[in-house]
Amino acid sequence: MNSRPTATSPSQLWFKRRVLPGFGLTLGFTLIYLSLIVLIPLSSAFLKASGLGWGAFFRAVSTPRVLAAYNVSFGTALLAAAINVVFGSIVAWTLVRYRFPGKRTLDAAVDLPFALPTAVAGISLATLYGPNGWLGGPILALTGIKVAYTQLGILVALIFVGLPFVVRTVQPVLEDLDLEFEEAAASLGASRIQTIFRVVGPELYASIATGFALAFARAVGEYGSVVFIAGNMPMKTEIVPLLILIKLEQYDYRGATAIAVIMLVISFLLLLVINALQRWSNASRIR
Amino acid sequence: MPVESANNRSLGFSVITNVQIIEGRARPPKGRPAIRDSLGIRLGLILVAILFLAVFVLVPLIVVFTEALKKGLGVYFASLTEPAALSAIELTLFVAAIAVPANLFFGVAAAWAIAKFDFPGKSLLITLIDLPFAVSPVIAGLIYILIFGAQGLGPFLQEHDIKIVFAVPGIVLATIFVTFPFVARELIPLMQAQGSEEEQAALSLGASGWQTFWRVTLPNVRWGLLYGVLLCNARAMGEFGAVSVVSGHIRGLTNTIPLHVEILYNEYKFSAAFAVASLLALLSLVTLLIKSIATWNVSASAQLREPSTGK
Repeated sequence: MNSRPTATSPSQLWFKRRVLPGFGLTLGFTLIYLSLIVLIPLSSAFLKASGLGWGAFFRAVSTPRVLAAYNVSFGTALLAAAINVVFGSIVAWTLVRYRFPGKRTLDAAVDLPFALPTAVAGISLATLYGPNGWLGGPILALTGIKVAYTQLGILVALIFVGLPFVVRTVQPVLEDLDLEFEEAAASLGASRIQTIFRVVGPELYASIATGFALAFARAVGEYGSVVFIAGNMPMKTEIVPLLILIKLEQYDYRGATAIAVIMLVISFLLLLVINALQRWSNASRIR
Repeated sequence: MPVESANNRSLGFSVITNVQIIEGRARPPKGRPAIRDSLGIRLGLILVAILFLAVFVLVPLIVVFTEALKKGLGVYFASLTEPAALSAIELTLFVAAIAVPANLFFGVAAAWAIAKFDFPGKSLLITLIDLPFAVSPVIAGLIYILIFGAQGLGPFLQEHDIKIVFAVPGIVLATIFVTFPFVARELIPLMQAQGSEEEQAALSLGASGWQTFWRVTLPNVRWGLLYGVLLCNARAMGEFGAVSVVSGHIRGLTNTIPLHVEILYNEYKFSAAFAVASLLALLSLVTLLIKSIATWNVSASAQLREPSTGK
């Protein structure tokens, strides 16, 4: 680490264009730590699942209860991410374009779901949207719809955890956007609506898609904020992470692992999609 | 501009770098009537944004504190000082005291290697560092059970009288896993944006590698580093899913604050549950407050720097 750039050992000749010290040490440590904490533990799940054989694996992940859980998890996460796209874009727009009192508080509040522990959010949302809660009570009285302990409750929790992602991916792009393009469009006779959808919109597609994918990825795996508000009825309001936990508590390690492997593969694919989306959005910004 | 390519790769956390970039651009279009939205649209959208954030974020936060104080301050403090709560607080502090420094050390090393050097496979490495964010916390707990549980190394560990899962070491490992990327992902874009010219100058003036790091690199990234550490800490103290899987739920022994909250809540001791939860809510508020100050500092110093670099 302390070797001066002027000293030339054989290994440094090989890296002779690297002026700064510490490359081998820091990269080596990074790779070892990454392997020990993340890669090796994760591969244990695949190893365990491969010991099941295809038949047993397929049976474990295709029971009606598991399929229902996938349905609940993915369906609700998709819907929550879609809702976050609409409202997250509006929040990003107002935070960038308008001045109003309390704007800084609102901006800070967007990050709260990152910082507030999921269990705290879970019990709070369950109380707030419960039949006697500040919001759950009036909603039940006015519309007869129960929020907590139904799939709607899961949706509320997943909107909460995914909320910052769309705002925080769209906001910087919007801030970077040159106002002159909009002025040009306006001076050429475009209406404000046309300008928003034809001039501003296309600049935001990549970042909105990134925010959607991030919110969805987070929502699919979410556990803490959902279990308190979900009701956790098998086949109806049982999410996949909870089902994994239940299988573990019944010492059904094989079943739990098989379900987890499907989730992991989907997570990896999502991560690849997100990376591609971010490259796309960077490319469209640098242009 | 290297800043632009660096900043957008995050999962949405690198707020501090974003602020640097936006300085001086895209101010609200006050004096630009052609693109000014009508008053009705402005008020409508602001109202929608405030309502959305109120219903999903602000009111839930307020509920934590009102529920916690519902039965008075006496019950509140009694819930925080009963033995089970104290041991949960102690264990949470202990776990964070290991997990946060470990990931801080890793984050700095990873950011140094990735931001200051070029090597093949770099983007793959960055993706792999992000991996724990994409994995469900429950699965994070599961993988440690598979390795150290009865079906994995369990029998061997039992022979040597070592307990990992359903004990404190398992909680620490699971916490390190879920908080793994925080510091690294905050630092990498920041250090990439700053380049390595200042470090090269320091080295050519005779500073050692360590001196360069402490006196040049670290001061440049201190606010981003602080925010990364704070987020890492908030998550470490608040992690629920992963810890729930590996803890074994032994009261007074393997319960962290979030697990204690869950037990109280499930026993219908709502005031006590929210009282303990309010500790974590306060922690998250402090985290966000320091983040706001940090963001403000970064943009203020960016504004100060701009005129001098312009000449």
